[in-house]
Amino acid sequence: MSTFAPAPGRAPMRVVLSRQIRMELLLTARRGEAVVLAMGVPLLVLLGAGLFDVTNLPTDDRLGWVVPGVLALTVMSTAFTGQAITTGYERSYGVLKRLGASPLTRPGLLLAKTAAVLVQIAVQVLVLALVGLAVGWRPEAGALLPAIGVTALAAAGYSGLALLLASVLKPETTTGAATLIYVVMLSVGGIMFGAPDLGTAGWFLLPLAAHAQALRETLMHGGSVPLGIWLALGTWAVVWLTAAARTFKWE
Amino acid sequence: MIGGDAAAVEVRDVVVRYGETTAVDRVSLTLPRGRVLALLGHNGAGKTSLLQICEGFRRPDDGRARVLGLDPVGDHDELMPRLGIMLQSGGVYPWATAGEILRLFASFAAHPLDTDMLLDRLGLRRFERTRFRRLSGGEQQRLSLAVALVGRPELVFLDEPTAGMDTEARHTTWQLIEELRADGVSVLLTTHLLDEAERLADDVVIMRSGTVAATGTPAELTSAAAIDVLEVRADPGLDLTGLRPGRSVAEPAPGQYTISGGLDTAGLAEVLAWFAASGADVTAINTRRRTLEDVYLALTATQTPVGAAQ
Repeated sequence: MSTFAPAPGRAPMRVVLSRQIRMELLLTARRGEAVVLAMGVPLLVLLGAGLFDVTNLPTDDRLGWVVPGVLALTVMSTAFTGQAITTGYERSYGVLKRLGASPLTRPGLLLAKTAAVLVQIAVQVLVLALVGLAVGWRPEAGALLPAIGVTALAAAGYSGLALLLASVLKPETTTGAATLIYVVMLSVGGIMFGAPDLGTAGWFLLPLAAHAQALRETLMHGGSVPLGIWLALGTWAVVWLTAAARTFKWE
Repeated sequence: MIGGDAAAVEVRDVVVRYGETTAVDRVSLTLPRGRVLALLGHNGAGKTSLLQICEGFRRPDDGRARVLGLDPVGDHDELMPRLGIMLQSGGVYPWATAGEILRLFASFAAHPLDTDMLLDRLGLRRFERTRFRRLSGGEQQRLSLAVALVGRPELVFLDEPTAGMDTEARHTTWQLIEELRADGVSVLLTTHLLDEAERLADDVVIMRSGTVAATGTPAELTSAAAIDVLEVRADPGLDLTGLRPGRSVAEPAPGQYTISGGLDTAGLAEVLAWFAASGADVTAINTRRRTLEDVYLALTATQTPVGAAQ
């Protein structure tokens, strides 16, 4: 009997990646706080601020103003907060190191993680949009493409910052910092009430507000994304992804 | 054999530094295909650092390492499907169950082993639905071993494979490693357990403070001095003067004599002849050889470098 006779080899990369993506999604769904952050908080904000006069908004179309903000918020919570916390802990548990040294490979792991984040965002956006539509949100469908483009740019910037934090801080500190940033952005990021008007500089300081504003311009008014917002989110993406690529640690 | 004739592992003059500390200092070793090599040494002797080089987790600061004829760092992606790696700890999602983890790694392989068979063999079947962080240290180790083996690798790196295991699990693991060897898998393992090295390894490399203190088969390492000690039970209180030249002789307890030095065949005959000539009634004789432990302790206790014991 030769049970262990060598027969090495990698499964087709398509299989390897899909199994890893499935594991990433399964583990996210299993972590209660991640689900609350990803779905609970956005839903609460959408229904609370969208349907009731709990906050002063710069418009009478409450849902038209709140839903794009909530969509922006959920992108941030998944691409930034969730990813920073998960990556920090996975590094400290040696998971990144171990998976990088498997047939999955390091590029495969990064690809699977990115895909898992994108799948999550897609599902969250779909659910929130459907809930919004069900309670009376009536978006403009004409400017969907720039809305998607600006969302991809925002997600890239958030991911970069998440990976940077997870590389330079201890996992506990990463969790604290990522949660704090989430709360600050939620408060002043122009989701439940108007963001402080800081002009174009504001877009650079508050990417959440910039993203939310871009989604309002497109989904509420069917208009185009202001150049300042493209610039701000583009700068965030380039700066944080570069910094993350330079500092990223597998162990 | 897959991958040509290159040795499973070939390490030449490898140096690993962490800042000011030199963890591995010009170490060379070769693991031929299908054999088991044990890196033996205290904690901090440089075993894990050397393994990290072979696994491609870091580049050597000097020297070079080839694994299955490939560069562990440069050819990382090509090499990984052919290796089974068991880290000293961690490396697994704490919130995933044992079964999920093993099946994930199995899905990465072209021809994985049957995961149920592995779970049974390693006594993990009843933990299949238990999350990794709820497993005991020994159970986590067994799962890590299963993960290392599931892809049917041609070479496995096992870092302290039986650390934290109970006696039964340790024996199961030893049997598995013997089976791997019998099936043609090359094994590089680190351990600080002498019986583990003595039982499993074809070749032993004893490391001390980042250098190689001795290499050889367990037999070579222990046989350098042939028979070390002869114990004789005979009448108490014999006058040992006639036996002393060229030997060290003592009677630690009445009627129990220990003789060491010059115990080749002729020497043995001389000693027994002396007892016969003394008219003593010899009731028992016993020979003691050096154990790997004696060699290890002698090599690792001293601070000055000791030459290879070959």
